Parts: sequence; C-alpha cells; structure tokens
Amino acid sequence: MKQTTLMYKLVMAVTGLFLCFFLIIHLLGNLQLLSPPAIAREQFNWYSHLLSGNILIKIISYVLYLSIIAHAVYALILTRVNIKAQGSQYVYDKRGQVSSWNSRNMGILGTIILIFLVIHFKDYWYVYKFGHLPLDAKGNKDLYSIVISSFQQGWYIILYELSFIALGFHLLHGFFSASRTLGLYQPKYAKVVRVFGWAYSLLITFGFMLIPLYIYFNFNS
Amino acid sequence: MKLYLKVWRQENRESKGDMVSYVVEGISEHMSFLEMLDLLNERLIQKGERVIEFDHDCREGICGACGMMINGRAHGPLSGTTTCQLHMRSFKDGETVYIEPFRAAAFPVLRDLKIDRSGFDHIIQSGGYISASTGQAPESNSIPIAHETTEAAFDAAACIGCGACVATCKNSSAALFTSAKISHLVLLPQGKLEAADRVIKMVSQMDAEGFGHCSNTEACEVECPQEISVLHIGRMNYQYNKALILKK
Repeated sequence: MKQTTLMYKLVMAVTGLFLCFFLIIHLLGNLQLLSPPAIAREQFNWYSHLLSGNILIKIISYVLYLSIIAHAVYALILTRVNIKAQGSQYVYDKRGQVSSWNSRNMGILGTIILIFLVIHFKDYWYVYKFGHLPLDAKGNKDLYSIVISSFQQGWYIILYELSFIALGFHLLHGFFSASRTLGLYQPKYAKVVRVFGWAYSLLITFGFMLIPLYIYFNFNS
Repeated sequence: MKLYLKVWRQENRESKGDMVSYVVEGISEHMSFLEMLDLLNERLIQKGERVIEFDHDCREGICGACGMMINGRAHGPLSGTTTCQLHMRSFKDGETVYIEPFRAAAFPVLRDLKIDRSGFDHIIQSGGYISASTGQAPESNSIPIAHETTEAAFDAAACIGCGACVATCKNSSAALFTSAKISHLVLLPQGKLEAADRVIKMVSQMDAEGFGHCSNTEACEVECPQEISVLHIGRMNYQYNKALILKK
C-alpha cells in the first residue's frame, strides 16, 4: 500500500505520546532530588542504579532512543513535504493572526529540544554509562554529586530553563495534535484532551523547571 | 472612499508576477469587495489596460468561486464570509489594501488573482461519491436517519470548496476540505458502505495533488466561510486509521 503523509503523522503521534509518557516517569524520578541532601543522595543513586540494571527498563530505553530518532527523522520528512506544498510565498502575510505561534513553530521548538537532548545525554547519560564515577556509601555510582555540581553554574540553569519552556510550548500543541491525528473527533472527549493536555504540559514544564532552580538556590548559598 | 491597492498581477502560469499599485477613488462603503474591483476594472478598460482577472460567480457566498488574500488573510478580515460577502465598510478611507491570489503549490496561479483549484476536483473524483445508483428519491421514511445525524452530515456538506483552508494553512493542507466530504458521506447510511475504500483513496489523492499534511494549527476553521469544524479532520483520521487496521 502507498505510504501517505498521514501515516508519517501517525508515527509522529505514537512516538510523541510515548515520549510524553516517558517525561512523567523521568520527572517523578527527578523529584527525588528535592529530598534533604543526605536522603536524596542515597535514594537518587539507588534509583539510577535500579534503572540501569533492569532488563525491562533496558527494553523501554531502546524504545525511547528509537522514538526520539523516529520523531526527529519523520519531522524532517514531513517538513520537506510542507515546504514543497507551500509553493510561492505571500508578499503580505497576516495568517499568523488565526493560529497560535507554537502550533506553527513545532519544528523550531523541536530543534531546541533536540539540541538540549544532545547536551543532556552527553552530560549525564554518557557520563553514567561510560565515564568513571565515584561511588557513594552504598556502593552505587554517585550521579547525585554530578547533578548538584553541574547546577551550580548560572549559564547551565538558563540553558535548562529555556529548554523546558520550549518543551512546554511543544507539549501544549503536541499532545492535543497527536490525539487529533490518532482520530479523536468526539467534541466531548476532544475537550477533555485539551484540558488534560494543558494540565499535563504545565505540570511537566514547571516540575522540570523547579529542580535546577531548587538546587541552584539551596546549594549555592 | 479612496483606497490604495497593491494587487498581484501575473500574465500566466509560467510568468513571474508582481505587486502593482492602484489608487481607487469614489468607492462607496456599500460596495462589496468584488464590486470595488469591478469599479477599478472599468477604469482600467477605459484607459485601455488589461483588467485584473479574478474568479467569481454567485456573489452571495454559496458557490465558492471567489477567494483571494486580502491584507494577508483569506477572504479578508471578517470571519465566516467569502470575499464577495466582504463590504467596503470594513476598510478605512485612505487605507492600503494588499490583494493576492490564494497560494499553494497545488493551486497554481492562472492569471492575476485566478488560480487552478482542480486539485480539489481530483480529490472528489478519487472517492467523494457513492458508486451505487440510487435511482429515484425513495420514500423518506424508508431509510431511518436521526435528525442530529442529518444535521451533522449537512454541516460537513456545507463546504463550498473555495480553498481558503489551503490558502491559510502553513502547510497548504487540504485536510479540512477532504475531511468535510468524508464526514458528510460516512455519516449517512448510503455512504457507510464504501467508507474504508473512500478514505484511503481520498487521503492518498491529497498527497498526490501536492497538498501538505495537517499539523492541527486550526487556522482553516477560523478562515472557513462555512465555519466547517476541524473535528471533521479528526473523524477523517479516525476513518483512515480504522481502514488501515481493518484492511485485508
């Protein structure tokens, strides 16, 4: 059967929703950083060790890598189709008045998130998997110290906060857009998804934004 | 009223167009936008210049022939209206008004403000019909349909195919147009039988015509003269996904 852009959109929707689900788990794990330092160190390092050892988590992590790559690659394919479909440009263009900025600029927001992910993977994921980390009292790799020390730098905080804002706007449109692509059309449930999408996006964005600020202001004083 | 117009002038499909300035005096605020262009065209004829070509037919908002970008918006600044339903009282004296054709790769400019919308026809031809002969109109109670269902189908069928949805879409997607036709037919008993085949053919044809995909900015619903709901796009996607899963 011939492939259509709608099939590509389905890939975008399914991978996007999986990444949305992952963000919840990721945020819940990170919230452990907000505990008092002595407890937080042991718990966070134990949790990181738990995730790296479990076979089920390993499978999910491969799905995660694949989702990020597929989401980005199909976004590029679809953007190319779009640019071709536009034809010539309007001389005087006020079309922006009838739709939200973030819904029109998912590609830019996604690019910011992707750049952030490269830095984020390099600084934590790569260091944890392939770097040499000191061990904590329980014998787990001390990722906690790395996190705390990296969030002492002001520019690093700004980088993270800006990326989370981009993520928030991306989610705000992405979550609802995925539901539409998957075929949700009943007005009642469309409204439920809209409201849930807002609540979800706000919680995720402010949840992630809180952690670097908390660490910066609590450990820098 | 006196208006300063900047109008897109293009000789034919192949040539490169440009914005040309005109000053139009003596405009009545009661004129429709098309009547204002008629006035300008009459003066161009008197001066021996080529008139500005644009599509129009019924001039009462039900045929879908007229359509242009006015000040960067499809069918101008009002919502729920076609270009012919826009009146000059919506503009200020001495204002500069930009007039361009609807633009999309699938809508090539034929001349000036006139575009080729046969891409829409090809989408309908690919499956936007019921292939069984329905014969004479049957006794009205022999096919039971709930009132809400007929109303919903009619809301979708109200699409006049003007192309504003494509013109305003950042992706030049024809999703609203196509989904309106799919919704209209799938809601009715006669249309349900070929639903799966229809949606696959029509969605594929959208791509083949060179329209982009839908990224749910929902700009189309705002600019649609008939205020066709974007939820029809959701229903089209639902029908498409169902057809993909159930297809043998």
